[in-house]
Amino acid sequence: MNLSLLILVPLITAVAILLVKGLKQVRTIALFGSAAQLILAFVLFYFYRQERAGGNTSNFLFENNYTWYAPLNINFHTGVDGISIAMILLTAFVVIAGVLVSWKMEKLSKEFFFLLIFLSLGAYGFFIALDLFTLFFFLEVAVIPKFLLIGIWGSGNKEYSAMKLALMLMGGSALVFVGLAGLYFNTNINGAHSFDLTQIAGMNIPLEVQKLFFPFAFIGFGIFTALFPFHTWVPDGHSSAPTAASMFLAGISMKLGGYGCLRVATYLMPGAAHEYSTIIIVLACIAILYGAFATMMQTDLKYINAYSSVSHCGFVLLGIGMLTKTAIDGAVMQMVSHGLMTALFFAVIGMIYDRTHTRQVAQLGGLMKMMPFISTVFVIAGLCSLGLPGFSGFVAEMTVFMGSWQKADAFYRIATIIACASIVVTAVYILRSTGKAIMGPVVNNEHLSLGDAGWNERLAAGLLIIGIVMIGIVPFLLKDLINPATQTMIQKIVAVIK
Amino acid sequence: MKQELVITLIIFILLFVKLGKEATKNETLINFVNILLTLNLLSGFFFQQSGSLFGDMFRTSQLFTFEKNLLNLGTLIISLQSYNWLREHKHVPEFYILLLSTLLGMFFMISSNNLLMFYLALELSTIPLAALANFDLEKKRSSEAAFKMIISSAFSSGLLLFGISMLYGSTGTLSFIELPAHLNGNPLQIFSFILLIAGFGFKISAVPFHLWTADVYEGAPVAVTSYLSVISKGAILFVLVSVLYNAFAPLNESWYNILFLISVLTMIIGNLFALRQQNMKRFLAFSSIAQVGFILIGITGYSVAGSASVIFFVLIYIFSNLAAFGVINLVSAVTGRESLNDYKGFYKNNRGLSWVLAIALFSLGGIPPTAGFFGKFFLLLAGAGRGNYLLITIAALNMVISLYYYLKVIKAIFMDTNDDPIEPVKTGWSPRLAMIICIAGIIITGLASGAYNYIYSLFS
Repeated sequence: MNLSLLILVPLITAVAILLVKGLKQVRTIALFGSAAQLILAFVLFYFYRQERAGGNTSNFLFENNYTWYAPLNINFHTGVDGISIAMILLTAFVVIAGVLVSWKMEKLSKEFFFLLIFLSLGAYGFFIALDLFTLFFFLEVAVIPKFLLIGIWGSGNKEYSAMKLALMLMGGSALVFVGLAGLYFNTNINGAHSFDLTQIAGMNIPLEVQKLFFPFAFIGFGIFTALFPFHTWVPDGHSSAPTAASMFLAGISMKLGGYGCLRVATYLMPGAAHEYSTIIIVLACIAILYGAFATMMQTDLKYINAYSSVSHCGFVLLGIGMLTKTAIDGAVMQMVSHGLMTALFFAVIGMIYDRTHTRQVAQLGGLMKMMPFISTVFVIAGLCSLGLPGFSGFVAEMTVFMGSWQKADAFYRIATIIACASIVVTAVYILRSTGKAIMGPVVNNEHLSLGDAGWNERLAAGLLIIGIVMIGIVPFLLKDLINPATQTMIQKIVAVIK
Repeated sequence: MKQELVITLIIFILLFVKLGKEATKNETLINFVNILLTLNLLSGFFFQQSGSLFGDMFRTSQLFTFEKNLLNLGTLIISLQSYNWLREHKHVPEFYILLLSTLLGMFFMISSNNLLMFYLALELSTIPLAALANFDLEKKRSSEAAFKMIISSAFSSGLLLFGISMLYGSTGTLSFIELPAHLNGNPLQIFSFILLIAGFGFKISAVPFHLWTADVYEGAPVAVTSYLSVISKGAILFVLVSVLYNAFAPLNESWYNILFLISVLTMIIGNLFALRQQNMKRFLAFSSIAQVGFILIGITGYSVAGSASVIFFVLIYIFSNLAAFGVINLVSAVTGRESLNDYKGFYKNNRGLSWVLAIALFSLGGIPPTAGFFGKFFLLLAGAGRGNYLLITIAALNMVISLYYYLKVIKAIFMDTNDDPIEPVKTGWSPRLAMIICIAGIIITGLASGAYNYIYSLFS
């Protein structure tokens, strides 16, 4: 199947949105477009399994290579492996859920849905790119729409947050650019330089060069995925954004960074990744603990989820830093799991806010009585966040810990124990806010007249919960999907380390 | 030579129109000139011969023809955009005569093959520009701008001439072809070369030679400001690339260091000043200073990719900067408002114009999928080819700073509220056409690689 479809479908949807008038038409088109994305993602998943079952063992499937800028050897090269497909599925789920929860977006609806769909285009392009220029192009495509989404439709201190987010992410991509340029000029394929990921992976870049450019690429992508101390955009950005944008931001955008750290920084420069692994692990542990403790102090539901995202994304970086097969498996699973879980969390917070017009835990109470469906979803998201078995969070975090424990050194053991300890803190803040807002006595009697979720909200939450429970109960579906890709990756890393 | 002849012909036609007894209506006249300029642009694509004239003083090639076509295109766009402003003006034929004279000067400058010829052409292009800066005849600021411009360009011409004479003293030749053989990097040559660079620096308003820019840009009519910042700058950059890469190739180690320093200063200072501007014209003036810093990085690359990326970027810059100036020109002509605060809540009444301005600013800031992203990427990539990653890192971080002030304008347009937003601005067909050309250029030039590949092929 031709992967360009993944870019064409959102593009056509976005253009169609521009051509129609009125909220009803716009949202119908957006819904059909995102449903088409979801179907496409599943078709891709199906074909991928067919190919693998048929014995196709090449690293990347469905490759297409169009010449773009011939003099500079830049190609529009696309292809997918298991990790990309997992990310594409995640994107499709989050986008359709985002469209559904924004069903009543009255203010400038056309622009809103256009930007939302355009963002998904950037994400798909990023995940299928096998050429570093193409990858960088789509990485930046997925930044500026967020600035507009937060600044125009956001709440609170939105202009400040939008600006902070845009500048920090663009700063990240500026660092990524330096890393990519460094890689480009240190490749030599018949006298020419190359941005091609598969070609660069096949050659031995000198360790000195790797050590120079790995930090640029890793920190650059790391900013996207809330690498400590560059995580400060996360709480502001997430809490000011409108619901759908928060979902996209935490669910997909932060995963762009994790994917980039893994696919570009670690896969292409494994020697340097090994050299710097202690620093990565220390930073990841700080992010995990700091995020967890900072969450305990928050009183705003969105801030709670935003800070806990810092903590959860720390697990992704921890898995990558450990450089063992199981840990990297865990990192990828955590990306998918956290994407679904946090999107669900933001969706449900948005639903509560739409009804009660507050996100302060202190002003909420006894929501279970008025809106049982929304409350149940909230509890599910919370339990997934604290890693209850049966949900995806448990599977992913457990795999990361297993992978980390395989490293016998005392340093790695201590790091693992610290990371594990954060789960307890997570339980504290999740259970506390759930107990107060959902279970406790009704605080505000005006809330008694509020209604439960509409069909669109039920559908959005249902889709995301299906994803979470599927991974929680049948984790090998995801594990088998990503296994060949992480296998190739770890072989390359092991070959360098020894 | 034929392109120059066409321009001269148009100038003469306008002279006769002016001398004729009957007064022509402004609208008719502007439309007539626009048709002539379109013909001029189209004719450029038919003249593809190369060769030299006047005892090797003047040469032409496919590359030079292409560069001149770019300038023609930019001039046409500016002419289309200034329709609303010119319609009210008393001296339309004079405006075009002066404008085309400077364009003619730039054509000669691009084609010059000798420093003396270059100097002559430069003067031809500069002096009418100063008169143009004074074209808002009733406004005091406009004459102040013209005065500043004439003094600073006289000063820079003096520096250039001094440099040229010393260069002649030490090498015995001024021909671009013979120069490389005589350059050995002795102190006198380096000194005269620095003077030359200073002269160039004034014209492209690189730091520390930028001080005239903001005042002139603010005082001059918007049409002239856009001409100064795009066409005039573009022409000098074309010449700078070909001079540095060919005539001064033996000194490339020295000019690499000089350009490195100038480009870092230009980016940082241009950006820092742009952050604080409240007037849209001044804001674009400082942002265009910062853009020059990025272009200089492309030049430091000293490779085919370097020169191709500079010309490619100028092409994109024509589209993006003219789109931004076009909106400001229109708003200024209709409502007289130019401050950033006036643009708060602009989106409420002017959706189309807001998006044009936003796309133009995204392109200037280097955000994909606009062409500006590709332009900046290739400039920095060419610079990185020299192996100086410090420069590239500084440049990449400067792009983030520049993004801040572009986003500040976007924020004013889309997010801020205003008690007194700009009323709906009526666009005539002619500015609208100009904007469509610019936006189409911004979107297509980058995503389709044809333009870059063509430019690259001109060098090999």
